[in-house]
Amino acid sequence: MIEQKVVTPEQLFFEAEREEQFITGSEAIREAIKSANVDMAISYPITPQSESMHLVGDIFAEGYIKEYFRGENEFAVMSSVAGAAMAGVRVFTATGGPGTLRAFEMFPTWSGSRLPIVCAFMTRGINSPLTIQPDTLEMAYMLDTGMLMLHAENGQDLYDMVLKAFVIAEKPDVHVPVGVFADGFFVTHTRDKVNIAPADMKLPSYNPNCAPVPAMDMETVPFRQMRDPFVMKSNFISYAAHASWQQEILAAAERARKYIDSLLGGLIEVENEDADILIIASGTAVSQSREAIQQAKSEGLSVGLVKIKSLRPFPTEQIRRLAAKAKAVIIPEFNRVGWLCREVKTAVDDTTKVVGAPRVFGGMTMPPQLIVDEIRRCANE
Amino acid sequence: MNKSIFKITPCFEDIMPDEYKELVESDPFGKGLGVSQLGTYKELLEEHPLCAGCGLALSLRLILASLPNPEDTVIVGSTGCSALAFPQVALHNIHSVFGNQNAVASGLKRALKLRFPDKVKDVVVIAGDGATADIGLDMVMQSWFRCENITTIMLDNEAYANTGGQESGMSPQGTVLNMAPKGKKFPKISMPEIARESGCAYVAAISPAQPKRLEKMVRRAILTAREVGPSYVQIFSPCPTNYKFKPQEMVARIKQREKEGFFKSKEYITTEAQEYLAGLEEGKKDE
Repeated sequence: MIEQKVVTPEQLFFEAEREEQFITGSEAIREAIKSANVDMAISYPITPQSESMHLVGDIFAEGYIKEYFRGENEFAVMSSVAGAAMAGVRVFTATGGPGTLRAFEMFPTWSGSRLPIVCAFMTRGINSPLTIQPDTLEMAYMLDTGMLMLHAENGQDLYDMVLKAFVIAEKPDVHVPVGVFADGFFVTHTRDKVNIAPADMKLPSYNPNCAPVPAMDMETVPFRQMRDPFVMKSNFISYAAHASWQQEILAAAERARKYIDSLLGGLIEVENEDADILIIASGTAVSQSREAIQQAKSEGLSVGLVKIKSLRPFPTEQIRRLAAKAKAVIIPEFNRVGWLCREVKTAVDDTTKVVGAPRVFGGMTMPPQLIVDEIRRCANE
Repeated sequence: MNKSIFKITPCFEDIMPDEYKELVESDPFGKGLGVSQLGTYKELLEEHPLCAGCGLALSLRLILASLPNPEDTVIVGSTGCSALAFPQVALHNIHSVFGNQNAVASGLKRALKLRFPDKVKDVVVIAGDGATADIGLDMVMQSWFRCENITTIMLDNEAYANTGGQESGMSPQGTVLNMAPKGKKFPKISMPEIARESGCAYVAAISPAQPKRLEKMVRRAILTAREVGPSYVQIFSPCPTNYKFKPQEMVARIKQREKEGFFKSKEYITTEAQEYLAGLEEGKKDE
């Protein structure tokens, strides 16, 4: 193993001197995992994720990770990752698009088993017709799995979110899996300036003795207890046990808010919040919105921006408060169904001011001009 | 596992369940007990909710009594009848989802090796025929291809019993079951041969009608998985509820099927495993 100095999360995130590198999103994953003190990583190829797990394999070979292998499909990989997490080690994997759906049964199972797995999702379109192009549709399906969901705008976000996700996931009062989402190709395959902490520093190792459920290692009393909520009897107590377990998963996600605040600087970032027109976006739609806001400014239109970093837990109260002051709320998205628009509509008091546009999908890019058109339309109403 | 972890704190004895107290008083951990000693110690399976005459329940008792290292054994199960008994087993055991047991066990075993490099932690998969030969077959075989150090035990009751008696890949050809209203169209899957060709160092087929032989095979399989490679044991035990025979006829039914040539006890051992087991068994004789 490579010699690295164990530092506190605060030292690694906020105090260590960072070096600027011009790297792709996949390389940002590699850099984050170098400092994450991951015990095991399990990979399976799918475009546009593959490169990130190649690079994780490379740093396994260099001695940054203790164990790494390629599984046989995404469902099996997510199962093996679950087995490893139940044995009490820190694990990492990544997938995207059809891989996410292939593995889907495991995500609520991770949450229900209170496994602090960190998984990166490099989003892509879903068949049919066959596509490998960027699209965030899969995130719609992931919203109710019990996992925490962070959405990266760029390589810097991806680096920071992956690294910080381990710390958030492993807090004893949270201890649920975290998905870090990045828009495939737009983030994974493009180069950007990313500030990186020194690779000779790493997080403290995972402590399975601080988990709300015991590791499956026969080192704690094993009698008549199971890791999973095993409730198959047909009586009210059984139903109530399962119901309260589900509520506890939601409560764990709620308890994550304070850690997202302290480590990521909040669930949202806001610019010019007093503007009449607000854009609410996540992922690379935020970057496109920034461009659009600059163009609108040159036309004399003042537009605010709300970047959502955490989708689960969702910044419901903040969105309600911000939207109440605005005349119109524009939600640009890289998918057909408009899942972020639905989320925002459940949070705001007046849904008529929410504009679910523009939406691009099937691999299309989002020209800022489309967003400017919506801004003009709202300004003229 | 350190046995002191499950001692009862003085003055809490009266609130602990009886079966826990019995386990503390006469546990099987670290004592090298086996099938012959059944009845003289507290078994790892406390009651069970399976049907009367279920051969899976008997097989599970025998498997648990045969574990060479129960104090450091983790079981991975799957959905099915046997999953109903696992909450009653005094070992750490995992139910993840249907069919992924060997993938879970792969991650678990590798992680336990990382955490306990100087200790033997046996990982044993115990799952039904549907979980092993149908829905989970790819992950079962891939774990064998990858040479994972795990033991896979199939409880073969020849049907999806927990869901109400549907045909499985392990049902005999011609059997009329739910979802095979005109009779099963293809023969029972040759899992022992598939296991042998897929990289298992030790493969056995046995039934609970031969408890001592079953014990020997389970022990050999687990010992082989530690050092040589993956191992597979198939335990034949048709379902009385869905094949509609009387609970007390279970063992007789197995023997009848054996006599008719439908079931055969088997053992395939690679040369490497043979040498390894011979060394261990020789060493035991010397003691």
